[in-house]
Amino acid sequence: MKQFLEGSRVVAEIVKLCKPGVISAYPITPQTHIVEELAKMVADGELVSQFINVESEHSAASVVLGAVATGVRVFTATSSQGLLLMGEVIFNISGMRMPVVLTCANRAISAPINIWNDQQDSMALRDSGWIQIYAENNQEAADFHLIAYRIAEDKSVMLPVMVCMDGFILTHGMEAIDMPEQGQVDKFLPPYNPLYKLDPAEPISMGLLADPGYYMETRYAIQETLEQTLKLIPKVAGEFSSVFGRDYKDCLVEEYKTKDAEKVIVAMGSVCGTVKEVVDGLREKGKKVGLLKIITFRPFPYTRVFEALKNIPKVAVLEKAVSLGAYAPLAVELRACFFNKKKSPKVISSFVAGLGGRDITEQSIKEIFKKLNTKEIALEFIDLKPELIKDEYGE
Amino acid sequence: MKEIRIHARAGQGAITTAALIGFSYFKEGKYPYAFPHFGAARMGAPMNAFLRVDSKPVRLRSQVYEPNFVIVVDPTLMRGYNCFSGLKDDGIAVVNGKDDLEMPKLKAGQKVLVVPANEIALKTIGKPLANTTLIGAFAAASGELKLDTILEVVKLRFSGKVQEGNIEAVKQGFEFVKNLK
Repeated sequence: MKQFLEGSRVVAEIVKLCKPGVISAYPITPQTHIVEELAKMVADGELVSQFINVESEHSAASVVLGAVATGVRVFTATSSQGLLLMGEVIFNISGMRMPVVLTCANRAISAPINIWNDQQDSMALRDSGWIQIYAENNQEAADFHLIAYRIAEDKSVMLPVMVCMDGFILTHGMEAIDMPEQGQVDKFLPPYNPLYKLDPAEPISMGLLADPGYYMETRYAIQETLEQTLKLIPKVAGEFSSVFGRDYKDCLVEEYKTKDAEKVIVAMGSVCGTVKEVVDGLREKGKKVGLLKIITFRPFPYTRVFEALKNIPKVAVLEKAVSLGAYAPLAVELRACFFNKKKSPKVISSFVAGLGGRDITEQSIKEIFKKLNTKEIALEFIDLKPELIKDEYGE
Repeated sequence: MKEIRIHARAGQGAITTAALIGFSYFKEGKYPYAFPHFGAARMGAPMNAFLRVDSKPVRLRSQVYEPNFVIVVDPTLMRGYNCFSGLKDDGIAVVNGKDDLEMPKLKAGQKVLVVPANEIALKTIGKPLANTTLIGAFAAASGELKLDTILEVVKLRFSGKVQEGNIEAVKQGFEFVKNLK
């Protein structure tokens, strides 16, 4: 049924339909509304779950890790500094192969403190072994949580999934979404049935010491699983489509008017909507432009990206994150994808925009298309204010 | 596509205003996208709520720079800030204020309606919460929404005495603008 809801409420409603046995979280802007709604549902008896209040995000992540190890479905959500504070446990969750689902309401990183949206937080944890999926709108945010649980709990995967949605733009954005029915969710998502669990009747240990004789294989195993997951995600997305009627194709990337395009922007998250608007506008003027939306960032779908862009002459990577001291994270993947390949875009230019909530307008996108010409741009910040970076204390 | 920009201070209910207008559009079969933009993250700081509405799902995620409609919940914001910046040539602004409110010079096709929404809210709700009055005034000024739809949405949002007061506030805001014409 179509409903007009705030993004955070949408996530809370969807998580409720997934029936997690344990939820633990610590409030942080712009994620707070999600767990507030869930806490209310638990208090009102609408959702039978243990909502465990904790004193920090480190504890929230530890609680869901401990809970999921006992064989129960879990949920947590966070943003920015909260995700960073979880950092240590984040690696433990994937290292212990625990199917936690976490919503990251994407927000900038301190210092300076900034509550607004960019994607530096989830990007900082891109090498943690978590699967990362980025939503363009609140319908995707809802649907990707269902897909996330299915993938995380698949016995061939057993890895955590981070569903990333842009803070404020989506979490506080109200729009019409098609809310799934409980019956559909039950059909798509069976109860969590773990391979192993902590059980006093049959005691086991988890997360033990692995000395040099064992450790490397744990990392190899995650790497191999993630590569295999690239085959599972399209399968699960196909099943999703047959139950809910919304088709995310392979759920790895979305190709928008790329087939005959001469210039394509590669981006992730809510900015893809703005890019689509600009693409449509420029297409009306006869410009051959398109968008490649990356949905699944980890594992990175190199083959799909290669197929989608191998015949595109000029590619611009637009991202709301940086890897300070190096090329921007998404641009690195794109360049790696085409290194030494016979077929490849002539130009892969890299643009960083929207850090700390600076608005990415249609004009920003048009400027990127304009700057995308024969000369490759290694890294450029869009919409910078030169008056703020003059050397006040210099000569 | 139509765009609305609401100017208020954090805590004055601009998000609720955007939500109620958005929900009313939704009830009338449109695709609204309502979203806030906070300045300093504290009560009383100037903030905006935006609303974009179309006959198909809205994809554009930037802020609103060239609104068709502006709603000013707190007229003190007009002292240091141009609340009408980018207003379309045929745009309409609904401002909460009294008759003697000083207005910047606007373009020939633009319309500003000053509505004593605080006074109406004090009479109807008992508190100077201007939002529902301004929503009624917006509906009358813009012709975008049916009064009945807004009343239905307000009924769903509030209950008891608060509901009664807000329904009356919407009606009086609507009537005030109708009588101006």
